[in-house]
Amino acid sequence: MSKAARRVLPGFNLSLGYTLVYLSLLVLIPLAATFIKTSALTWEQFWQVTTTPRVLASYKLSFGTALFAAGINAVFGLLLAWSLVRYSFPGKKLVDSLVDLPFALPTAVAGIALTAIYSKNGWVGSIIEPLGYKIAFTPWGVLIALIFIGLPFVVRTVQPILQDLDTELEEAAASLGAHRWQTFRQVIFPALFPALLTGFALAFARAVGEYGSVIFIAGNIPLVSEITPLMIITKLEQYDYTGATAIAVVMLLLSFTLLLIINALQGWTSSRTGRDR
Amino acid sequence: MPTQQRVIRKAGLAVQLFSGLIGLGLSLGGTLVAHADTTLLNVSYDVTRELYKDVNPAFIKDWQAKTGEKLTINQSHGGSSAQANAVINGLQADVVTMNQSTDIDILNQRGNLVVKDWRKRLPNGSAPYTSTSVFLVRKGNPKHIKDWDDLVKPGVSVIVPNPKTSGNGRYTYLAAWGYTIQKGGKDAQARDFVRRLFLNVPILDGGGRGATTTFTQRGIGDVLVTFENEAILLDKEVGGDQFDIVYPSVSIEAEAPVTVVDKVVDKKGTRKQAQAYLEFLYSPEGQEIIAKHHFRPRNETLLKKYAKEFKPLKLFSVDSVFGSLEKAQKVHFDDSGEYDQIIIANAKERR
Repeated sequence: MSKAARRVLPGFNLSLGYTLVYLSLLVLIPLAATFIKTSALTWEQFWQVTTTPRVLASYKLSFGTALFAAGINAVFGLLLAWSLVRYSFPGKKLVDSLVDLPFALPTAVAGIALTAIYSKNGWVGSIIEPLGYKIAFTPWGVLIALIFIGLPFVVRTVQPILQDLDTELEEAAASLGAHRWQTFRQVIFPALFPALLTGFALAFARAVGEYGSVIFIAGNIPLVSEITPLMIITKLEQYDYTGATAIAVVMLLLSFTLLLIINALQGWTSSRTGRDR
Repeated sequence: MPTQQRVIRKAGLAVQLFSGLIGLGLSLGGTLVAHADTTLLNVSYDVTRELYKDVNPAFIKDWQAKTGEKLTINQSHGGSSAQANAVINGLQADVVTMNQSTDIDILNQRGNLVVKDWRKRLPNGSAPYTSTSVFLVRKGNPKHIKDWDDLVKPGVSVIVPNPKTSGNGRYTYLAAWGYTIQKGGKDAQARDFVRRLFLNVPILDGGGRGATTTFTQRGIGDVLVTFENEAILLDKEVGGDQFDIVYPSVSIEAEAPVTVVDKVVDKKGTRKQAQAYLEFLYSPEGQEIIAKHHFRPRNETLLKKYAKEFKPLKLFSVDSVFGSLEKAQKVHFDDSGEYDQIIIANAKERR
């Protein structure tokens, strides 16, 4: 109490209590329920359900494409954020609000629209399929959908940091004799990196669990283009709740591990660059 | 004292706010009470949205004429199994109208919401209408698709929704299997036939409508295998002049079962109304509405009246070939069942 009383603003106990209740009700209890439901299985059964060839192939597809898509978004999201912050051009406000559209669009609509464009009679598909390339109904289609839905995350996390970054820093670096590349690599990039990682992590987390937009463009061919959320849905279709939650638990654990690694990486880089975040 | 005054004013505001809230609550409660006519909830599958939009007003009128009671009927639509799931988890459905009996059996097995022999409560195994799997081909039938045998030919691309997630897809699979059996084939031949059919399936959409979109909008596939009602709807109302319906020599009878949810109606006291609602589906008026929505009515006279639309076709029931839909589900569609083995074998062959 005395510790809390010394703070400038009151209400520590209240806000902590509120935070805990809120998190428990909305996040922890539902997640705990998946674990409890899964615990009805023996280890052997759990292993059997979560490692069938189809499910294994789906982890590879879901996590592989999600990481790949988040990586692509990190690169192009950074570019986009840079353009939006550092340059002014006609229609900038419009472009800036376009970035958020993947958030707003119902995922099913996004999926259908993307499929329409990339399948063989669509704008893009009609050009590339005669050349022997296929995007819709292949893992590439999954990747495109995941890039689409993950785009806003990196832009929106990097943008405010870039805005706060004084151009004087770059000028100082230049006047001290740094090349352009050196300025970017040693002055700007370290400052942006933590935010970039956050954006990457968010884009990845969103992409791993994505169902609505992917399901239309994936084609859902066993061992080739079935995503893990589809495996969960097929279990539910046969009223196999425990099987469904078992796969969900594996997904959660894998995602959680990856997010922990990303967080650790972030902590490490911030301590290295001397920023206390 | 200014502080005291402020406190008093604040308290006054709080009281006002509080009484305002109570007032709001009362008026809300009032509206609820005022509309306390009997309400039924019909939990159904996806493509019956338009059907029940027509059935409900007709029944409400009929019921009011007979009893003077004014009913309100609410609808809930979604994937059949997902809907059954919702009812198990407490959605207060007075009646369920599904597209496969397994989605009602589960209501008996989980939570005992429905009696075990629900099928015996209404005529025709409690299925007031049926549909069947037919083919939709591109105008002029360029690949000359006439029967199931044509679907397994190399170079024919077949669009079927995913049997793991769609009742429509499951019926297509069972129809192809049953076709071989009807011709005198054994299980081994049926298995091979179905395997070759699915080798020609390039995309497995999640549901029937998804498959329809793939075939009609994306221009993929030479033939779409889907329910007759969907095919007629497409041919008549959406397709313009782009598609032809092809009837195979033999197909499966897909029954759409209905039942009263005993636990709910007993609690709500709505058994009488719910039962009458389902019986109305069997009445000439109900059957006529059903036929207008391209489902095959049970009423023979109506079936003849609409014979142009519902081509007389040799149909076999699920029970006659597979024992029951429940058994078919276990043997064919559950994990590591026949379908999984077939599809894995195909995936390896494609590589």
